[in-house]
Amino acid sequence: MTRQMSGAQMVVQALKDQGVDTVFGYPGGAALPIYDEIFQQNEIRHILVRHEQGAAHAAEGYARSTGKPGVVLVTSGPGATNTVTGLMDALLDSIPMVVLSAQVPTFMIGTDAFQEADTVGITRPCTKHNWLVKDTNKLANTLHQAFQVATTGRPGPVLIDIPKDVQFATGSYVGPNKAVVTHYKPQVKGDIKAITALVDAIEKAEKPVFYTGGGVINSGTGASQLLRELVAGTGFPITSTLMGLGAYPASGDAWLGMLGMHGTYEANLAMHDCDLMINIGARFDDRITGRIEDFSPKSLKAHIDIDASSINKVIQVDIPILGDVGHVLEDLLKIWKSRGRKTNSAAVKSWWEQIEGWRAINCLSYKNSDELIKPQYAMQRLEALTKDMDRYITTEVGQHQMWAAQYLGFESPNRWMTSGGLGTMGYGLPASIGVQVAHPDSLVVNVAGDASFLMNMQEMGTATQFNLPVKQFILNNERLGMVRQWQQLLHGERYSHSWSESLPDFVKLAEAFGAKGILVDHPKDLDDAIKEMIAHDGPVILDCVVEKHENCFPMIPSGKPHNEMLLGDASTEGAIDSDGAVLV
Amino acid sequence: MNALKLKKGSSRKSAYDLKNPLGDLIETHTIAVLVDNEAGVLARVIGLFAGRGYNIESLTVAEVDHTGHLSRITIVTTGTPAVIEQIKAQLARIVPVHEVHDLTVEGPSVERELAMLKVSGTGDKRVEAMRLAEIFRASVVDTTLESFVFEITGAPEKIDAFVDLMHPLGLVEIARTGVAAMLRGAKSHP
Repeated sequence: MTRQMSGAQMVVQALKDQGVDTVFGYPGGAALPIYDEIFQQNEIRHILVRHEQGAAHAAEGYARSTGKPGVVLVTSGPGATNTVTGLMDALLDSIPMVVLSAQVPTFMIGTDAFQEADTVGITRPCTKHNWLVKDTNKLANTLHQAFQVATTGRPGPVLIDIPKDVQFATGSYVGPNKAVVTHYKPQVKGDIKAITALVDAIEKAEKPVFYTGGGVINSGTGASQLLRELVAGTGFPITSTLMGLGAYPASGDAWLGMLGMHGTYEANLAMHDCDLMINIGARFDDRITGRIEDFSPKSLKAHIDIDASSINKVIQVDIPILGDVGHVLEDLLKIWKSRGRKTNSAAVKSWWEQIEGWRAINCLSYKNSDELIKPQYAMQRLEALTKDMDRYITTEVGQHQMWAAQYLGFESPNRWMTSGGLGTMGYGLPASIGVQVAHPDSLVVNVAGDASFLMNMQEMGTATQFNLPVKQFILNNERLGMVRQWQQLLHGERYSHSWSESLPDFVKLAEAFGAKGILVDHPKDLDDAIKEMIAHDGPVILDCVVEKHENCFPMIPSGKPHNEMLLGDASTEGAIDSDGAVLV
Repeated sequence: MNALKLKKGSSRKSAYDLKNPLGDLIETHTIAVLVDNEAGVLARVIGLFAGRGYNIESLTVAEVDHTGHLSRITIVTTGTPAVIEQIKAQLARIVPVHEVHDLTVEGPSVERELAMLKVSGTGDKRVEAMRLAEIFRASVVDTTLESFVFEITGAPEKIDAFVDLMHPLGLVEIARTGVAAMLRGAKSHP
């Protein structure tokens, strides 16, 4: 039996039926009917952000830390356009997100009405799919479809644009089980022949490496378990992209650390010299591959991915396996075990010896200081003081993000929220809010830079209003550190607009928002400052003043292959040639 | 650390490696895409080509199943083999897309296009235009004392040839539909 209700009531009902407990949003004229319904119920919690971009990133943080879709509610026009960065961020990092945007009434669409924007037109390239609903009778079905599209296959953001008259009008509501599903059904089971070919390769490989990515985390905690079983069983080394950290524990025996532009020496050289590369849920991003022609020249490459367009897009692979990571790993393990759990263990042993040689370089070592806080040291102390806690980390984008990825260890999935694909400065603070809303009793730390933090600092108001004790750990070098590093290496040390002039006093800023502010600028005070930050029951900004000109190493200069990494002590003269300069 | 000396104007490379191992081997493929006939679906397909830098040589679209609200889009595109594979994979992941068929690979296929040509003139040129139209089996769908509108159907190459011949004879306007294509033989795509 269908129920009659208004479009606005349908929105709230559909959210409840989809199991949504939290919505991040900001009201406005066209969204008022939905907000009126939000007001008259208590099951769904609405978190009022201070800017719609903040709502989108908070929803991403919520989604990434729970595995559930994040939900955003915004008004028409600027409300919708302000979500664009968050949508694109979620699209590139495959984060399930449902954005509900209000629209001017259907009869005013196209008249340049007040707060009208072609929202579905603007968001078409930055969503997995989007809808403009012009008929209240179709609204419930579309809402359920939206959740299905956002959460199945390769997850991603979707947007539903709902005109104000559609919110007011009455129509029939259908529940999720009555909703008409589309033909959209991504393939989750991998081809058994291809999986068997990979088992063959695993049995023979002399220099194998697992290269895992965000797809493992998106596939659910079961996939991470299967991955751990596979790694433990085979004894093969494993590295991960920025997005995949935590799928395999950082304390695990086979862990090589992150790979890529700022990945570890051992991970990148293992990728370069391997004879079997098993890509599980990663996408051969250009931050990973470096120069394509020289990317892992001697290896047989297998690629497990749920998105057919990711396979053979950048790197041609030998064993493509289309399917969900969890399903494929389950079949892979089953076949490999049934054939007697074979590996070429003698060869793999000497491969490990070679890797241990690279590891002995100790590529993450740095010159510490008694006078100044080195950003690497700050991360090491944060790790030491929080690693045994129920901890979630978010980051902004830049040097601090890479240091966090290098020096913090993640033991389980969904604990690390960062903007990988889009590289969105301003992601971390709102993301930390989304994480804290989902995990109110956990420690949530946003590792930030001074410049990134300013991009969405208005969300400190959200943190205070909702008593969200998020910890903002700012590595303050008064610079756009990564930009500065590139200008030093590539642009003749001409530091064009890469310093932070007129920074606010972060302690006063915290206090102005009703939060706690802490300043630390000497290594001997660092531990106390971090402990004070953790102990405070409320949001904190920790202004950690660090060495201003520290560069982030190791580094694969643009346009170079993996085996031409720069290490911290290496001279960077001639590191990047003029062709590499344009590779960003 | 020392600065690197950059030559001015050396920035010729893209941010991505665009070199294809197969060099400049550019192929032309005809792709049939079956989609839900819903608002914005054409914009999704065209936006994909524009946003990812793929070529569209020709594109036709019309609803082919009025009860199921399905439209068939026929796209003629060019690219290296790797790019053609990407185009098909990218098309297939658009949510309202039901099926993607590369008729060039699955072929042989028949490709037909309809064109209308307005040719104006009098005297010998007018007579010659009419004579050539008969040879090409083009039909006259409108006429005045100083103009014809010809309708011609056929493979795109045939229409190109007819257009070339009409140029010196007073061709003033052309409208072409773009290619509609289908596999030869009994096999069908729903």
